[in-house]
Amino acid sequence: MGRIVLDQVTKSFGDVTVIPPLDLTIEDGEFAVFVGPSGCGKSTLLRLIAGLEDVTSGAIRIDGEDATSISPAKRGLAMVFQSYALYPHMSVRKNIAFPLRMAGMDKAEQDRRVDLAASVLNLTDYLDRRPGQLSGGQRQRVAIGRAIVREPAAFLFDEPLSNLDAALRVGMRLEISELHKRLKTTMIYVTHDQVEAMTMADKIVVLRAGFIEQVGSPLDLYHAPRNLFVAGFIGSPKMNLIAGAEAAKHDAHTIGVRPEHISVSATDGEWSGVVAVSEHLGSDTFFHVHQTGLADTITVRADGEVGFRHGDRIHMTPRADVIHRFDEQGLRIA
Amino acid sequence: MARAVTTQRKIINTTFAWMVGLLIFFPIMWTILTSFKTEATAIADPPVWFFFDWTLDNYRVVQERSDYSRFLWNSIIIAGGSTFMGLLIAIPAAWSMAFVPSKRTKDILLWMLSTKMLPAVGVLYPIYLIFIRFGLLDTRIGLTVVLMFINLPIMVWMLYTYFKEIPGEILEAARMDGAGLREEILYVLTPMALPGIASTVLLNVILAWNEAFWTLNLTAAKAAPLTAFIASYSSPEGLFYAKLSAASTMAIAPILILGWFSQKQLVRGLTFGAVK
Repeated sequence: MGRIVLDQVTKSFGDVTVIPPLDLTIEDGEFAVFVGPSGCGKSTLLRLIAGLEDVTSGAIRIDGEDATSISPAKRGLAMVFQSYALYPHMSVRKNIAFPLRMAGMDKAEQDRRVDLAASVLNLTDYLDRRPGQLSGGQRQRVAIGRAIVREPAAFLFDEPLSNLDAALRVGMRLEISELHKRLKTTMIYVTHDQVEAMTMADKIVVLRAGFIEQVGSPLDLYHAPRNLFVAGFIGSPKMNLIAGAEAAKHDAHTIGVRPEHISVSATDGEWSGVVAVSEHLGSDTFFHVHQTGLADTITVRADGEVGFRHGDRIHMTPRADVIHRFDEQGLRIA
Repeated sequence: MARAVTTQRKIINTTFAWMVGLLIFFPIMWTILTSFKTEATAIADPPVWFFFDWTLDNYRVVQERSDYSRFLWNSIIIAGGSTFMGLLIAIPAAWSMAFVPSKRTKDILLWMLSTKMLPAVGVLYPIYLIFIRFGLLDTRIGLTVVLMFINLPIMVWMLYTYFKEIPGEILEAARMDGAGLREEILYVLTPMALPGIASTVLLNVILAWNEAFWTLNLTAAKAAPLTAFIASYSSPEGLFYAKLSAASTMAIAPILILGWFSQKQLVRGLTFGAVK
């Protein structure tokens, strides 16, 4: 079980308020992702839940019990740190067994659980090594192993993949998702990478300056961003935001069109401009178009075969049914 | 770009390093050599280098006249005891400064170090009076406590820099894994900081061993360590260079040997954890 409720939680460091009053509920078994730019308070929020920081006011409840002033050791949560935070002087086996040893579990049961976790995480051959002798991906797996053996109420992940190279990151992302499917334990995952958020989350919590900008499923956020910040943050490449006369045509202060919702043509279209950069990814091509009279740059996603080059004039047509409209405050117009 | 090192340059560097090394080592070497000479050879002019009648007489005389082992024992107790007592205070102090720093932590560290800038003789009188009042003069416990306090700032500083190198996340991980403060210190921090604690212990044993001002001023006979043993050969009886050298050699030998076998830790200790 692992239902986590934050009730009017705040956090200040001296005079600086990092988290203004905040309410949030994470349901049992949910994969929740806190996402936002650096300094948005997402890691602080996770550390508050972990108990590594004390809340300034408000309450944290885990499965209905007030955990606000319970020490991290007693909250029944497991955490995977960005730096992995393995114990360098212990073997992999001892690292994974450490929480069980702290819980006073008998040695045979410890070994059984460690062996099980090691086989799930492909670490069986490395149990006698020290963390220093492992690769980044293996260290990450040891950190996850240390978290899963104790069967916590919830897992907390603090940017766990940001120290891995790109290829490994995709692999570990899948592994963590699979782990969640299998264990069905609540997971809270902090990242600044919206791709990780989109691919892994049941529920995304977008944070900015300690405020929750929007909470919802990945597709909710993609289809109906509540404001300009979420609109710009979710989706890759970023949504094109256009203000001025073009927006006024749609009765809005700003309109947003995602790059994948614009079609291109050499001859005719609603908008036109000059290709500044074209990025060929094989499957897709991204055109960064200047001199459109709409915004500095309009980004367009097209098929990999479309072959405009730097300096080519290009015509673009947005899909009318997926134009996002925002008012002067930057809030979505329904 | 790696610096190209020519053979010629290497020779110059090596020669220079040896010269500096010998220059620094010379007084110790001369002391050791002199300790094997007769009193007459010891003051011969021009000085005699290696070709003299080597004799162990000085050592025999020194051992007969004063009980070396008693001084040695006092040195061991005072140096070891002050270091051990210091650790009991310095570990928790450095711990809290490194992992739960406050706005004033840096100031406190500097203030502690500033006490080392004070000339020791400035507080001799008050400490002497305190010692008389509490009957601590010429006791091992009194001297141990004083030396502990003298070296405490350095111990805290050293341990602080070592603890600082330990990532806080690892201690947090231990907390998340269910470790209380005791387990965190015992199973995670101490094993990780062991090399640092070892160099701190070594350096402080050496400092306490060599400390002469307080050991000479606060002891007479009972608690006198090896520094007093050396000093007893220096003045009152006139020129006895060979015996003085023998006494010095006997006094520095244990610490020299200890230092030799723990060079690596010592270098780390002396650089205060500045290099990794």
